[in-house]
Amino acid sequence: MITVDSLSKRYGAFNAVDDVSFTARPGRVTGFLGPNGAGKSTTMRIMVGLTPPDAGSATVAGRRFADLPNPGLEVGVLLDASAQHAGRTGREILTIAQRTMGLPKSRVDEMLDTVSLTPQEAGRRVRNYSLGMRQRLGIATALLGEPDVLILDEPANGLDPAGIRWMRDLLRGYADRGGTVLLSSHLLHEIEVIADDLVVIGQGRIVAQGTKAELLAGAGTLVRTRAIPELTRALAASGLTPVPSGATGGDDALRVDADTEVVGKIALEAGIALVELRGADGAGLEEMFLELTADTQREEVAA
Amino acid sequence: MSTATSVTVDAPAVRAPRRTPAPIPMSRLLAVELRKSFDTRSGFWLMSSVGILALIATAATIAFAPDSALDYESFATAIGFPMAVLLPIIAALSVTGEWSQRTGLTSFTLVPHRGRVITAKFIVTLGVGVVSMLLAAVIGAAGNVVGTAIAGTETVWNVSVTELSYIILANVLGMLVGFMFGVLLRNSAAAIVGYFVYGFALPPLTMLLATSQDWFEDAQPWVDFNYAQGNLFNGSMTGEQWGQLGVTGLIWLIIPLSIGLWSVLRSEVK
Repeated sequence: MITVDSLSKRYGAFNAVDDVSFTARPGRVTGFLGPNGAGKSTTMRIMVGLTPPDAGSATVAGRRFADLPNPGLEVGVLLDASAQHAGRTGREILTIAQRTMGLPKSRVDEMLDTVSLTPQEAGRRVRNYSLGMRQRLGIATALLGEPDVLILDEPANGLDPAGIRWMRDLLRGYADRGGTVLLSSHLLHEIEVIADDLVVIGQGRIVAQGTKAELLAGAGTLVRTRAIPELTRALAASGLTPVPSGATGGDDALRVDADTEVVGKIALEAGIALVELRGADGAGLEEMFLELTADTQREEVAA
Repeated sequence: MSTATSVTVDAPAVRAPRRTPAPIPMSRLLAVELRKSFDTRSGFWLMSSVGILALIATAATIAFAPDSALDYESFATAIGFPMAVLLPIIAALSVTGEWSQRTGLTSFTLVPHRGRVITAKFIVTLGVGVVSMLLAAVIGAAGNVVGTAIAGTETVWNVSVTELSYIILANVLGMLVGFMFGVLLRNSAAAIVGYFVYGFALPPLTMLLATSQDWFEDAQPWVDFNYAQGNLFNGSMTGEQWGQLGVTGLIWLIIPLSIGLWSVLRSEVK
């Protein structure tokens, strides 16, 4: 269980984290989703005591991280797989963690096996590791103390598709056995396939949170037609507010906060032919996420 | 878009609450920090270079010093110089690595009390310093025995135990200055440059100042840590000299180290 309560952190005039509150529950994978620079990593660093917050608090297993007597046994943390001494071998990095936590030596080999690093790979220095191998090593370090809580920052970065699949199964199994998993990502689809709960953050603020099912359901209707202006007028005349949707990859779609049946009827009465009419299924989440991303996008795409 | 929707969750599979783990003992942190100073190629060779340079300095003394100068003091002086360069670097890197190599992300989450980690590093640094100096003293002694045997001269032991312990103290103090720069600057290159400026560029300048300015000549023993440490190499210390060592140590070591520790405890680890 992770509880984050009204966390705020400013850097000068920049609000990196702005009044962020959420809970990650046992037995569930909580996806922490946001574009680059949204405040995910800062929030996670505050949780584990690496960054002091300006306001608010975070507790893991009911206690402040700094009050955990041997944190590695209760919380597995992976913030940046590349933050390792390049001159140490993978095995040595695990051994240091194993010694610090006071675990039996055999845990190192068990973990190397769990994350599929061969003895040869474990004997290599980390400077020769691919990012995917570093992520596996980081996961091994996080799992070493058999913690009940995992805090992982972008753990799928650098993994190949098979690796991402492996990570997904691993975290799923971990949560199903009662563990709490908080993992961040800037990729909606990556998080969609694994998370039970979602916390969406943009520019330091939480913009949406809830179960995945809730967030994906509340997205209304997606409707495609060749007569966008006419349909927009007709929908507006019925008191609805259609918004253009990029979900189909073109500019011939609208998203409406209403049932498919209602939208279909309005179109019929206005005599407008539809190309497609369906539940938006997460299109709302995707658009919200695209908007968040667009705000921080450096290169504007020419219209 | 709705925020903070209340959520009903199926009863999760809750794990049996486990016993609260025992706190991490200091002895374990010391063992881990000691291991960390040897377990990279650069760390290993840096540590090995203590012994290697002591051997080279000893061999050079045997080869190049005139027979009449073959006494223990010559060996101690020859070995002392590489130690004065090496030990502070070892001390600085033990701290700065956590930032420069970013291993602090792991170290300070496994042990979320930076003060304890830095304390462990401090004790390990002291231990490494004392052991290195004793090792150097033994190598020098062996060199004295071998060198005088080769030259056929009498083996002279003209460094007393007190003098030796003063020299060890001086080198350990130098090492702590390196440690201080590590804690204060938290960047490997900056800390090493800082130490060399302090330890090797500053003394000639203060000497120059003292010869040209009378007021500084009077003040120097009380403000110049290098100068005050120099007395340790003369073999005897008066009460006033101990006092000067304490005052200058406060200015150049204790205060900056405290500022460094204060900022380490509050800074962000990225």
